[in-house]
Amino acid sequence: MEVEAFKRLYPLPFYERYLDSSVRPDGRPLGRARPTSVSLGAVSTADGSAIVKIGNTTMLAGVKLEVMVPSQETPDQGSITVDFQMPPICSPLVRPGRPVEAASVISEQLSNVLTSSELVNLSELCIAPGKAAWMAYLDVYCLDADGSLLDTALLASVAALAHLQLPAVSVSEEGRVYPVSSTTSGDVSMEGAETSIKVKGNSISPRRRLKLGAAPFALTCMVHKKHLLADPCAEEETLLQSSITITMNQMGRLVSFYKPGGAVPATTAIVKECISLARRRAREVQQILKEALEDHIESPSLMQTD
Amino acid sequence: MAGEALSRPDGRAGNQIRPLVCTRSLLSRADGSAEWSQENTTVLAAVYGPKSVTGKKENPEYASLEVIWKPKSGLSGKFEKEAELIVKRSLESIILAALYPNLGISIILQVINDDGSLLACAMNAACAALVDAGIPLSGLIAAVSCGVTVNNEVVLDLLKSEEQKNVAHVCLVFPSQPVSVVLELASNVDEKPEKQGFTTCVMRGAMDVDQYLTCVDQGRAASAEIAKFLRKSLGQSQVWALLSFLL
Repeated sequence: MEVEAFKRLYPLPFYERYLDSSVRPDGRPLGRARPTSVSLGAVSTADGSAIVKIGNTTMLAGVKLEVMVPSQETPDQGSITVDFQMPPICSPLVRPGRPVEAASVISEQLSNVLTSSELVNLSELCIAPGKAAWMAYLDVYCLDADGSLLDTALLASVAALAHLQLPAVSVSEEGRVYPVSSTTSGDVSMEGAETSIKVKGNSISPRRRLKLGAAPFALTCMVHKKHLLADPCAEEETLLQSSITITMNQMGRLVSFYKPGGAVPATTAIVKECISLARRRAREVQQILKEALEDHIESPSLMQTD
Repeated sequence: MAGEALSRPDGRAGNQIRPLVCTRSLLSRADGSAEWSQENTTVLAAVYGPKSVTGKKENPEYASLEVIWKPKSGLSGKFEKEAELIVKRSLESIILAALYPNLGISIILQVINDDGSLLACAMNAACAALVDAGIPLSGLIAAVSCGVTVNNEVVLDLLKSEEQKNVAHVCLVFPSQPVSVVLELASNVDEKPEKQGFTTCVMRGAMDVDQYLTCVDQGRAASAEIAKFLRKSLGQSQVWALLSFLL
């Protein structure tokens, strides 16, 4: 029988033939993830943005900042709102007008992981306690859905937050926030401020990057009866059904272990193997992100060491 | 560690679960229904099916499963959508859907009260409701929640106040199939019950890998107890009683 016909009629045995030789149809070994690339500053109008590609899966993340009055329970904290969307451009399975259930699930998982990992210390987003704080809107758009959506979305979010620069602002005593332009790194001049406000009464915070905690990185693995595949593409995800998504940070802490049902139960052996694959992947991705940040930063004085 | 007194709000030990109550056949219109309570956390589950479905939902090989999660108050949001997906994927592994092609099974979960371990309670309620509806299952599931406190202790069956204060908590669902009738799955029987794998795991918060493995072990032991309770409450036949004695 021809290979194409065999693949159409018996997709699972076709795949198993490859898996038994510890390789996948695209030539990847079972434990290896697809080529990953991070590109920062894709959206010039956003305060922080990144485009991430893992294989064919492409995600665009952007952060926009807005000034808000902090809540009374947490007067010295800002907030982050995460929104994940899968527009019809990303997959033939997404129809316009009808939101895919996968989008809500990944959106919930993404905000859960970002909160659990304590990547952003919300006190960093404070401008003046009790009067003004930053509200960050993190929007992630899926441009091409080819498997491992959470992994790519999380990496895009982390990259966008790493790229984010809080603008230099000046706060008046009443709590009004004015943008400030910095001509040189040491000299700050006022712009667009009312002439009646005294400069001495205002506190000025300089333009700066956020100091981030240990970044979380996710890896999705598909569990088959005898094999464990890392970073599946969309075809593998629909075929093999049972998936485990592990999120680890650089400190080796398990941020999230997500296994939503599936025919294959996860024994301790599978759990340990997935964790070691995730750990290796976190190191790989950390390196890729660091290189992307170093390439992007123009002035060395703004360089942050993670 | 075991000797030290843990200060849990309700005075339980770290590996103690709350008293369970399971009531079945409460609703007259549903094919099956069950209310599962873990002290103050209560979820009412109703099962309609197998019934006819229209259009896209119809699958010529399997019965299609639909889960609807109704919160106690307010509209359904992203949390409810995620919970629906998790319950659906967990139950898909036990429902023998191939017996009802072109039909559908609907499971509706109504949150009556939430005092922690909500997802675990809902899973248990759904399983009991499925049995009440007479839907053929390949086994049962038992769900439990575990958490890690700020003092690095592993506790089971969290209250809502503990979920908010703790470092991390995880909901684990274990299958409960002491005997396998399917030959391909016989490899599962060779593994000792102590080493059984879990079907579902959902985590909130970050913990270390060793703490996670401890949670899994504790959860496994607790789920065995919950499954035993579920079987007893469903009114087991003589055969089940004999098998559970042997193992």
